[in-house]
Amino acid sequence: MTLRHMLTGAAALALLAPAAHAERGSDGQVNVLYWQAVSIMTPYLSSGTKDLEAASLVLEPLARFGPDGQLVPYLAEDIPTLENGGISEDLTTITWKLKEGILWSDGTPVTADDAVFTWQYCTDPDGGCAQLPNFGDVASVEAVDPQTIKVTFSVPKPYPYGPLVGAQSPLIQKAQFANCLGVAAPTCTEANTKPIGTGPFVVDDFKANDVVVLSANPNFRDPEKPAFANMVLKGGGDAASAARSVLETGEFDYAWNAQVEPEILTAMEAAGKGKVVSAFGTLVERIQVNQTDPDPALGEERSTVKHPHPILTDENVVKALSLAIDRAILIETGYGAAGQMTCNLVPAPEYNASTNNDWCKTRDVDQANKLLDEAGWMMGSDGVREKDGKRLSLLFQSSTNSVRQAAQALIKQDWAQIGVETELRNIDGGVFFGGDPGSPDTFQKFFADVEMYANNFDGTDPEKYLGDWVCSQAPSIENQWQGNNTSRMCNPDYDALHAELGKTAGQDARAKIAIELNDMIVNSPSFIPLVHRGRVSTKSNALGGVIMNPWDSELWNAADWYREKS
Amino acid sequence: MFAYALRRLLFAIPTLLVISFIIFALLDLSPGDPTANLPLTIPAEVREQIRISLGLGEPFHIRYVKWLEQFFVNEPLHLIEQATGWSFGEGQRMRVISWQTRSPVTDLILERLPQTLWVVGLSYLVGILIAIPIGVISAYRQYSWFDQFGTLFSMIGFSAPTFFTGLLFIVIFSVWLGWLPSIYDTNLRVTNAQTLWLQIRQMIMPVMVLALFNAAQLSRFMRASMLDNLGQEYVRTARAKGLRERAVILIHVLRNSLIPVVTVIALGIPTIFGGAIITEQIFRVNGIGQLLITGIQGADIPLVQTLTFMFAVLIVLFNLVADLLYGMLDPRIRYE
Repeated sequence: MTLRHMLTGAAALALLAPAAHAERGSDGQVNVLYWQAVSIMTPYLSSGTKDLEAASLVLEPLARFGPDGQLVPYLAEDIPTLENGGISEDLTTITWKLKEGILWSDGTPVTADDAVFTWQYCTDPDGGCAQLPNFGDVASVEAVDPQTIKVTFSVPKPYPYGPLVGAQSPLIQKAQFANCLGVAAPTCTEANTKPIGTGPFVVDDFKANDVVVLSANPNFRDPEKPAFANMVLKGGGDAASAARSVLETGEFDYAWNAQVEPEILTAMEAAGKGKVVSAFGTLVERIQVNQTDPDPALGEERSTVKHPHPILTDENVVKALSLAIDRAILIETGYGAAGQMTCNLVPAPEYNASTNNDWCKTRDVDQANKLLDEAGWMMGSDGVREKDGKRLSLLFQSSTNSVRQAAQALIKQDWAQIGVETELRNIDGGVFFGGDPGSPDTFQKFFADVEMYANNFDGTDPEKYLGDWVCSQAPSIENQWQGNNTSRMCNPDYDALHAELGKTAGQDARAKIAIELNDMIVNSPSFIPLVHRGRVSTKSNALGGVIMNPWDSELWNAADWYREKS
Repeated sequence: MFAYALRRLLFAIPTLLVISFIIFALLDLSPGDPTANLPLTIPAEVREQIRISLGLGEPFHIRYVKWLEQFFVNEPLHLIEQATGWSFGEGQRMRVISWQTRSPVTDLILERLPQTLWVVGLSYLVGILIAIPIGVISAYRQYSWFDQFGTLFSMIGFSAPTFFTGLLFIVIFSVWLGWLPSIYDTNLRVTNAQTLWLQIRQMIMPVMVLALFNAAQLSRFMRASMLDNLGQEYVRTARAKGLRERAVILIHVLRNSLIPVVTVIALGIPTIFGGAIITEQIFRVNGIGQLLITGIQGADIPLVQTLTFMFAVLIVLFNLVADLLYGMLDPRIRYE
């Protein structure tokens, strides 16, 4: 062997080295900061995203969503489809196969019984399970054999990837939770804070609303992972100081949810210790346009379908309002890396996103004025348009939040330019989203003309989300103001097409209908899209392997994280 | 004195019952829903089920009586069982359970009390140690440059809120100089000199932020009280006896001036247990204040009720302590 060969060999080895440092626990400790502190380690009793994501380090589902919105098998051998026979022809059953030899962190094998138990645990009527929607229409979950799980639905399910899929419904261990069914669920503090899981980490110490200390799971299925021996998941404080601790002081490796004014975040990033990472899911900041009359003179019947809105049922008026908004400024001032332009209700994943509505992306005041002129709204002497003695004046409400109030003020200015007068109002988030039928200020009651908030859907399939826009979902006295069709849009064609989506299987066919439904909403006078909002977090330059994922937990691939060698 | 203390303690019982009712009712009537923080993707029926599983389905008076039983009977019994290993009745008793964490509220409080006592208690102590000399010298040399400086110091301490000084300290000492950690490591166990040093380093900023605030207040009290006493006849008498100035000030005047200050200090002790909401939040100290604020944010009503009520108990108790201390320090005061 010549010297040259030896040198090439050495060089090749050196190149391989970064990939070969994979050895469990070789990279020491990783520090993660969630400024909303973790309260509990199970998504089934949790009060929010932070708990769900913390739990995803320990508990795993059969399959997770990857960064592109496609399913990735975790505990399952592969993804069941119609083609491979995993989904029955009548769309009522789905059969999952567990991977061979998967162990819980206590060393006992994972079996189909655990999956059956998870379903029983969440569907117990006294348990108050927060993830019940994932088990909607499930008639039974059976263990065909220790490795095979058969889920039967009471109705044909063209999209059967709800139960036991994604960060919301991971498997829990039957042996640990056996005595925690129903009313006993909250009393199992030990199980709820230190669940036995299959994920890359196990909980060593749990201080509620403060810190979770985890260490590598000795029984994790990949013997080389996770690279980190320990993880400290600290909580508390606020978003800005969390971002600072990664970007400026370098005390932490990863900080969740950098909800910080964009200019501050950019300044912090300039310190050069870390990066801002973002990913875009389905969250859309929007203006819902009330199709019913919120006039207080109507008493009990205000904002109900009995009285159509006198101004905003006109497509041209709402289109003008939409065209007048400067979305680029909204994104620049309020969202930065966390915002991008969209004209859709369903902005992602890519295969579900419509490309037909790009007209809203450029602001066009002239066109907006023209539309209003055509609609018969003439400019009055004080700069506010009038029609039949009625002024074009709107009440615009939103939840209390500095970014939203800034956006409200900007939109008010934009609308003033086309002769629309706007009165602004903001309501505490707990009340606005609280859904208390006794309060007049909920977003469902919608005692205003337009309102701004953000909404999204879990997973990648928009069927249920689009179902929020059918006639029967309009909030009313009869349903205690609980529907999600806050705009009270009612279009029989839409309802019919949505029903068809409920019968169609296969990703491509479903995407086609979803796009059509999306376009119907976007071109109706009930919806003005504003900003496609993403998740923004910060990561240190010393942390490698982070792939932001908008469809599952941000910590979905924590097993692959490693220490960047400098 | 003993009879007086006993009488006051007995009076405290109806007072506390009324307070507990007011706290319970206020929090119950206030808007806020434990499911409001759940993602919008969770439908209304599920929210309703969660509310019922939290016990919100029952009427107000039943929930109040249940809470009273949990707080006054079950929790003390549990504490006694834990401490002694005895058991009363058949094991399972309903304790006050936090909605957010689904774990007993008193466990959460006990877990957090040490940090709060360390950080906030120490800051109170440091504050007193700074305040008393400043107050004494300021009064003794009234209108001197030292007095002017002391006035400026307390002015700043009063008017700069802790969320400002805290951030300022972080920017200076953590971001620019990199000397001190900006985040309190609550897992640190002090086992040797090195970890002790780490613990001191991480406590410096939160303690100083709070100490500055406390010292500002107390130094003004101290100064005013010293000024009152310096003009008294007994000071002239002491000087006339030929006592050294040091003895006049530190033994005669200081002791007498401390009486009202001690009362103020005693009345401030409950706030130590209450934690320092803002400072704890800024430095991520897992203390009682941070617990309270996360409870409020998450509409965790049992947690907030229990904490607020415990503060009420402490305030009532330390009012009594202050009164008794006053009697001990000042022989002219006698309670019958």
